[in-house]
Amino acid sequence: MAFSDRRDAPDLPDFALLKRLALDQLIYLLEQLPGKKDLFIEPDLMSPLDRIANVSILKQHEVDKLYKLENKPVYSNSDQLCFLIRPRIKHVKYIAGIVNADKAAKRTRKYKIIFSPLKLYVCDMVLEEQGIFGDVICDEWYFYLLPLDDDIISMELPEFYTDYFLEGDQRWLCTVAKALHVLNSLFGPFTKSYGIGRCAKMVYEMWKDLEDESEGDRKEKRPAVGSIFLFDRDVDYITPLCSQVVYEGLVDDIFRIKCGSVEFGPEVTSSDKSIKVLLNSQDKVFNEIRNEHFSNVFGFLSQKARNLQIQYDKRRGMDIKQMKTFVSQELKGLKQEHRLLSLHIGACESIMKKKTKQDFQDLLKTEHSLLEGFDIRESISFIEEHINRQVSPIESLRLLCLLSITENGLISKDYRSLKTQYLQSYGPEHLLTLYNLKRVGLLTEQVPGDTLTAVESKMSKLVTDKAAGKLSDAFSSLAKKSNFRGLSKKLNLIPHVDGEYDLKIPRDMAYIFSGAYIPLSCKIIEQVLDRKAWTGLEEVIRLLNGNEFADPLSEGSPTSDSQRLILAVFLGGCTFSEISALRFLGKSKGYRFIFLTTAITNSARLLEAVVETSLNVS
Amino acid sequence: MACYTANWNPLGSVFYRKFDLYSMDWNLKEDLRDCLIAPGPYGGPIALLKNYSAKGKSSGLRPVLEIYTASGLPLSSIPWKSGQVVQLGWTVTEDLLCIQEDGSVLIYDLFCGFKRHFSMGNEVFQHHVVEARVFHTEYGTGVAILTKASRFTLTTNIDDLKLRRMPDIPGPPSCWAVLFQDRATMILFAFGKDLYLLDHTSCSLMVPPGMNPLAGSYLAMSISFNHKLLALFTEPGYIWMGSSSLKEKFDDHNSSIQLSPKQMVWCTRPRSKQHAVVLMWDRLLMLVGNSTESIQFVLDEESYLIPELDGVRIFSRSTHEFLHEITGATEEIFKIASMAPGALLLEAQKEYEKASQKADEYLREIKDKGLLSEAVTQCIEAAGYEQEPEMQKSLLRAASFGKCFIDKFSPDGFVKMCSELRVLNAIRDYQIGIPLSYTQFRQLTIEVLLDRLVLRRLYSLAIKICDYLRLSEFQGVSRILAHWACYKVQQKDKSDEEIAKAINQKLGDTPGISYSEIAARAHACGRMELAIKLLEYEPRFGEQVPLLLKMKRSKLALSKAIESGDTDLVYTVVTYLKNELNRAEFFMTLQNQPVALSLYRQFCKHQELETLKDLYNQDDDHQELGNFYMRSSYTSEKRIEGRVSALQSAVDEYSKAKNEFACKATEDQIKLLRMQHRLEDELDKSYLDMSLHDTVYNLVMDGMFSKAEQFYKEFKIPDKRYWWLKISALAEREDWEEMEKFSKSKKSPIGYLPFVEMCMKQHNRYEAKKYVARVAPEQRVRSYILVGDLDQAAEAAIEHKNENEMILVQSKCTPTTDSVILEKINRAKTQILKK
Repeated sequence: MAFSDRRDAPDLPDFALLKRLALDQLIYLLEQLPGKKDLFIEPDLMSPLDRIANVSILKQHEVDKLYKLENKPVYSNSDQLCFLIRPRIKHVKYIAGIVNADKAAKRTRKYKIIFSPLKLYVCDMVLEEQGIFGDVICDEWYFYLLPLDDDIISMELPEFYTDYFLEGDQRWLCTVAKALHVLNSLFGPFTKSYGIGRCAKMVYEMWKDLEDESEGDRKEKRPAVGSIFLFDRDVDYITPLCSQVVYEGLVDDIFRIKCGSVEFGPEVTSSDKSIKVLLNSQDKVFNEIRNEHFSNVFGFLSQKARNLQIQYDKRRGMDIKQMKTFVSQELKGLKQEHRLLSLHIGACESIMKKKTKQDFQDLLKTEHSLLEGFDIRESISFIEEHINRQVSPIESLRLLCLLSITENGLISKDYRSLKTQYLQSYGPEHLLTLYNLKRVGLLTEQVPGDTLTAVESKMSKLVTDKAAGKLSDAFSSLAKKSNFRGLSKKLNLIPHVDGEYDLKIPRDMAYIFSGAYIPLSCKIIEQVLDRKAWTGLEEVIRLLNGNEFADPLSEGSPTSDSQRLILAVFLGGCTFSEISALRFLGKSKGYRFIFLTTAITNSARLLEAVVETSLNVS
Repeated sequence: MACYTANWNPLGSVFYRKFDLYSMDWNLKEDLRDCLIAPGPYGGPIALLKNYSAKGKSSGLRPVLEIYTASGLPLSSIPWKSGQVVQLGWTVTEDLLCIQEDGSVLIYDLFCGFKRHFSMGNEVFQHHVVEARVFHTEYGTGVAILTKASRFTLTTNIDDLKLRRMPDIPGPPSCWAVLFQDRATMILFAFGKDLYLLDHTSCSLMVPPGMNPLAGSYLAMSISFNHKLLALFTEPGYIWMGSSSLKEKFDDHNSSIQLSPKQMVWCTRPRSKQHAVVLMWDRLLMLVGNSTESIQFVLDEESYLIPELDGVRIFSRSTHEFLHEITGATEEIFKIASMAPGALLLEAQKEYEKASQKADEYLREIKDKGLLSEAVTQCIEAAGYEQEPEMQKSLLRAASFGKCFIDKFSPDGFVKMCSELRVLNAIRDYQIGIPLSYTQFRQLTIEVLLDRLVLRRLYSLAIKICDYLRLSEFQGVSRILAHWACYKVQQKDKSDEEIAKAINQKLGDTPGISYSEIAARAHACGRMELAIKLLEYEPRFGEQVPLLLKMKRSKLALSKAIESGDTDLVYTVVTYLKNELNRAEFFMTLQNQPVALSLYRQFCKHQELETLKDLYNQDDDHQELGNFYMRSSYTSEKRIEGRVSALQSAVDEYSKAKNEFACKATEDQIKLLRMQHRLEDELDKSYLDMSLHDTVYNLVMDGMFSKAEQFYKEFKIPDKRYWWLKISALAEREDWEEMEKFSKSKKSPIGYLPFVEMCMKQHNRYEAKKYVARVAPEQRVRSYILVGDLDQAAEAAIEHKNENEMILVQSKCTPTTDSVILEKINRAKTQILKK
């Protein structure tokens, strides 16, 4: 490793407990429907479910056949159908279809819908409208928190981003507040809370209300986690839009890590089948390279391969007895390591093939000049060419957005011409996509002078009482200024180094972007934790459009280990690069971060969430 | 102490004692015999209905219902205006049941507040009630009725009313009782000399085992408190005692009084081997058990017996007494000349207080036998059975003294007894008037006791008890405060403000308090404003909103729901509003609540597209309307005309929204659609839904150069794009000839490097080389590298004297094969350095 653990980094609490709780409840829910039953699982829940319960556990609790919930007719002979879904209207409608078809065929079955993580009132409305309210049993599986790794907990709610930031729909805020409540009661009480962003503030207030309500039954205990930091994704869009170059982030960008596991295709496994690999700290090889800049990874892996060879070589010159212990004790571990090593080497090769091309270098160069604010015209023509050559719709959008945010909006001429180009290349229906991007503030036009956006000024007329104040909060998150240049200057986000940035021995969090840029999100967290408050950051707060808060929650001894355990909550998703950066920060300052995110995100996921969805659904 | 056992009366192997609970000062003018009386078990209240009989009416006196505590303090009274009452009785939750002749049962609370009524059925109504019994089982409180037609009707639980009409019986019974066995309710009755058991299906003759054959007709019967024991009284004064299952006889006794007793009840305590029955005649109280002897008391006044779990309460106009069997522990300690460890310990403690060395002797005696802990336990237990605080104290003192000499004696029992006795003493006070014995208290539990205090509106005592016993706020204080508040809102003489304030002051934010429940109560009393004021204190929005809706304060409910941030609540209100208001009003309400509006839009997007359009229309949101048409052109419209017209609507909306860009883009889109459609017709190939770029690319691919040109001009495709597009398509088509022609048509706006790139992409080095020479000098090195001519690349780099380019070339060279080139570059590099 490039950096060594500071000895006093506190231990992490055991989050496996969360999995056990989820499993126990799921089993309970399944047992509530005694007898054999077929289980229909919605695709988005399959991977998370896989991390909680395997097929044999489900079978033990009389699940007969497992189906993926697809928009297809059902051919099940079971007399009991159980559905495990997210509370979405389309799923409920689909189930209603099945029930009504059975009714028409005079077939009686038992139906149970398990909503995860909760049932929304709309679902009831739809059930009622479809006339099957009395025919189905509904239940809720309170599965908010999936520990992906020792220090990462994901809520697996990618739609949080779209629902809140694009549609202004607050349906998931309660869920996040509840999740915090659960964590606080299991691993808290947290002693201090910080946060920035409107959503963060709302969630924080809801969570506080929950705490107040249940104050009666709180027991005194030693907190395992000290502070909590809530962070809205829209406070920093730059970081997730940059190309990731840290190993784990790269793997996510290229192969897409899903629920902590990745499927390596034939080009990686160098065989004709794909292999699914769990990527977490249990994987010794991966654990050592996940946070490294990609340029170091290959060297590390080859070193590792040599070491492995040496260990294998120990066999020579062993007598039988030694050989026996070698085989029984070490060999399995070595084999395992060998297997993982070859997979990661395969992955590296595949990444190299894609990323060392001239295009990628040019791309990175453009990104870096956008971040630094040099040669803007050149970058614009690069983006234009990118669009004209139809390189990739999402990549083009990414560059456009990056340009818009770093420049605080595009000047009108560029705005129009780039948008026209985009529509010509990727289809006119993307007009809606571009509109969505404008709504979330990812792609905007510079408005001279006017600070209040149209939405905000419209809203402010309505702000008459407290309630209206709150709701306008939800809306004015749309389209606000990024002020990236100012922030970059104030917070020194672009490191100025004499000579080359040493990626092997990083000095700061900028290493995750090849030394070109310190992630804004992480920098804010660092600054606030350093000061233990927002004081001294007033200018930064102004540039970030406010909504910061810092609140002491309970008394805790400042010396205890738990005080240096920080729960970083990302509302709207966080990237592996940010995780790597904060891990680095933790190691250099003696903190330990735990990540709670609504989902793991990256530039592609972020943008796909905003691309007009109705276009793909027929 | 010598006189302590003075009121002990031996019967068989045990003792009984009767002592005063209260002297009753209820100033009754009437004789008890003229009243209908219902005393509640577990030290419950006493209800009296005066002048109840029909005869009384003629005398002009109206019936009056009065309720007293067990100590005779009046709780409430009302003039009785309903029908003829046959029987009064208390439920387990201390509600008063008034069973009327016509079979209707009226339920009143402790304060004579009418709660509800129910009927025992039509048959009872027709035939009238002769007798009725209120009984308690594990299912709750039940009522059994005997009609004039000699039929029994009963219900086991009045809160879950299921009337059961029992089978026919031979004739009017001389006496009867309700029996609860094996989770079934039955009736035992006597008809002359025969005893019958009546269950739901049949009526069977029973013969009690060991019944004296000479015994005549049955005159009275009694079932014990726990339904396990049965006593029968027959004509010649013979008393049979046995199990209620009629399988076992315990004892019999001949009282030689032939008159039927006024009351006959069991007087026994749980787990006692002794069975005894108390019988009452006009002036005589007789206790009989397993002995030929009996204990007899003379009664000065008309009295009334109340069976309890562990004895019998007896009250009259002036006294209230308790008759019970002395427990083992008490007997051991206090029996004259007892050498039981407890007795010795009590003695030791007394001597210790006198500072006498005898204390040590006594103590040693107990310790030598190793019975000290038994002695302590005995003293603690006996304390529980004492009524007088002084006696309790002296026994507890002895226990505490003995405890000091034992290692590791758990103090729990002692502490518990002390605190519970303190509570019991407090509620036995005549002001409160709940004469619970320790045994009854344990059976009743503290929670029920608290409930009963709350029912009596003794809130402050209940709270003090909670605090004293350190009950958790949730089940203790909070619950009591909530009850208090619910009572408070019913006080009509106080203003809303006053009450709301008083309640909030008392309750504050005590955990577990539900302001909404209190508000609901206020609402039920018709105090809307008070309910709303109280709801303000409710921290849980989820509780506020439904009640507000119920009170038809839907707008307030909506803003509360939004404030909560709980979208489900908002949906609840929105759905409610949708059904409640007309469409225009509904939309207007939503207009003012953007969060609700956006939620409803989300719903409409999936469920009601047309409503969504109406919403946007109402809002004059032309941008969204434009988007709406745009979306529908791609999703719902299939035919080209439909799509075009949807897009045309979008254009109109966008222009109203002053979004020129969207206007223009959509117009272009319409144009594109039309042209694509025409192409399809002409070329019989699908072009629809391609982007402009893809359309033109495909045209070039298919060799339709002039058509492509037409698109290029029509849509003013930027030159750069057109060139990129055309050469990549031509390369893919491998139409090298056309490519060359195109390259010469005019000066390339993108330079010539792309030509090289595209040719190389198709691995056509020959064609690629054609363009290398035309590549601009600054890109020439890269183009040489692309075609693989490193030698030329090096030359060019050297010519440019550009070090970066040289390095680039170097990096492409392999040292073994390209040594010449490498050398050349190195030489050039050194030359640059020299300069």
